[in-house]
Amino acid sequence: MVKELDATQTMRAGRYGRFGGQFVPETLMTALIELEAAYDDAIADPTFTDKVSYYLKDFVGRETPLYFAERLTKEAGGAKIYLKREDLNHTGAHKINNTVGQALLAMRMGKKKIVAETGAGQHGVATATVCALFNLECVIYMGKEDIRRQELNVFRMELLGAKVVSVDKGSGTLKDAVNEALRYWVANVEDTHYILGSALGPHPFPRIVRDFQRVIGVETRRQIVEKEGRLPDAIVACIGGGSNAIGMFHPFIEDEDVALYGVEAAGSGIETGLHAAAITDGKEGVLHGAYMYVLQDDDGFIQEAHSISAGLDYPAVGPEHCHLHDIGRVAYTSVTDAGALEGLQLLARVEGIIPALESAHAVHYAVELAGTMGEEEILVICLSGRGDKDVQTVRDALGGGLND
Amino acid sequence: MTKQDLTNAITDCVRLGDKAFVPYIMAGDGGLETIKGNIVFLQQAGVTAIELGIPFSDPVADGPVIEEAGERALAKGVTLRKVLKELTLFKDEVTVPLVIMTYLNPILSYGIDQFAKDCQDSGISGLIVPDLPHEENGLLRSSLEKSEIALIPLVSLTSPPERIKKITAAAEGFVYAVTVNGITGVRDGFGDDLAAHLEQLKAVSPVPVLAGFGISTPEQVQSIGALADGVIVGSAIVAAFHRNDLTAIEALVKISKKEIYS
Repeated sequence: MVKELDATQTMRAGRYGRFGGQFVPETLMTALIELEAAYDDAIADPTFTDKVSYYLKDFVGRETPLYFAERLTKEAGGAKIYLKREDLNHTGAHKINNTVGQALLAMRMGKKKIVAETGAGQHGVATATVCALFNLECVIYMGKEDIRRQELNVFRMELLGAKVVSVDKGSGTLKDAVNEALRYWVANVEDTHYILGSALGPHPFPRIVRDFQRVIGVETRRQIVEKEGRLPDAIVACIGGGSNAIGMFHPFIEDEDVALYGVEAAGSGIETGLHAAAITDGKEGVLHGAYMYVLQDDDGFIQEAHSISAGLDYPAVGPEHCHLHDIGRVAYTSVTDAGALEGLQLLARVEGIIPALESAHAVHYAVELAGTMGEEEILVICLSGRGDKDVQTVRDALGGGLND
Repeated sequence: MTKQDLTNAITDCVRLGDKAFVPYIMAGDGGLETIKGNIVFLQQAGVTAIELGIPFSDPVADGPVIEEAGERALAKGVTLRKVLKELTLFKDEVTVPLVIMTYLNPILSYGIDQFAKDCQDSGISGLIVPDLPHEENGLLRSSLEKSEIALIPLVSLTSPPERIKKITAAAEGFVYAVTVNGITGVRDGFGDDLAAHLEQLKAVSPVPVLAGFGISTPEQVQSIGALADGVIVGSAIVAAFHRNDLTAIEALVKISKKEIYS
């Protein structure tokens, strides 16, 4: 049994209920304390927030549309389905919302070097992109298996001037890339900022990443009210570490009539043990600086995650999601690799949009859910990224052809 | 042995004019049954205390030598539970204080109170948790306070003076002074500011200060040892045990003794 954190600790900043915290080597503590102070200072300064908004608009292309998916709605046979089109962002996913903000923050802190981890490569590309934009030195750690799965994203990062370092330890996926990025940061902490890509890691990262991703939910809220005159009944987002989901959910947390659904990756199926569904099947523990639900064995060793989508292939879920699960505000569920492949093909066929495999998990669940809802109800899917990067993986998974 | 025995072992050493020498070994690198032989060999060689590393799946503070040793131990099925159990089998033969170095998650999985109790039963007198900084150590402190186990804090080169005061004020056993920014492992050189940093640390710490990370050669044992109450040597010891080079280990320990050292 895991001992619960005591009340004085849960009251501390950086905690979401009993989750979160700062479980890192002492060498990083001063950097985290400085980062928190610099961040608080930055977000109180309109010249900083205006700059973030400027780049999000003119460089990233925000705001992204909230699109009524008419044919998908018909296909599902229930609630009206809207897609929040994060796939239309520059670099193809929501990841750049966070990297723009964190790169500007790093520059404000006088740091000219950036390190980051990447799973699918979307965060790596988004980081390499802002480093090119702002003339920052950039090192990206990426698991060997992910490099194999996402070869073209590696080349994209290199074209953008980043140095991509292959990590062949462990399963060669996102968890191992975070380990190496943390090691690099410990050794270079005085002149380097770590742009963590998901709502994970030690405080203040989960908060910073969430805040920079909140633009997704803030826009969605305004857009749905413009289009429908009211808030949606349900919102669905996929969860790896959980950055697109927390960004989407956060502005709706207080609206109790809006049901929120987080979709984890069930890989080959929860019962096979080959999955990445840490809330569904994990235990409380500490990984990469935070107290979270973590996939682990009986001795507390971290287990490898499995998912067809490299971006969800992580054995834990960000601390705020763990808390939202505990208090019952968000319902967490899971979709298998096979379900995600169906979701991807369906959206491609009926809407002309090839979603990222990550987002396809949300699509698959949302279509099922919409079918159980009434026609007067409204459901929003956070379409976190586009599927160009996954075309090869999908072709391999479908045995080289389409299965219809 | 108690946490006071751990502190005393170091201060006794220093009083005699020696430097404390604490080797790190990866518990179960070569199998659980090697732990006893390694401990007995090290205490005969004259070490002050022994740091026993527990293998972990994600050792973010460790460099390649210790990480690979950990992978070998994991492949042999070594776990925190098994190591503590193994230690109970020969604890009467152990004459130096033993310190456990483990990442936090295996302790959480074990159950904190049970872990503290089992450490006590295994004769452990100190605990180092590299991913548990001062702010979070309340998590273990309440369970350890009832025990005779010191929670040994790490202080790094990046810790500012005010923070060093806060950390050392609560220190038990000894303070682990991390001598480089980075992970464990062999290094050629140390920063120019290390001497001043260690001097400042010694001035405020109520318990002895041992320097560790990157100390691998007899010359480094001597030069860094001179700046602290002693040294912790990890990767060089782990590598020497792995290639069965016991002479190299004896040579490193010998450097910490007064007749050679001064």
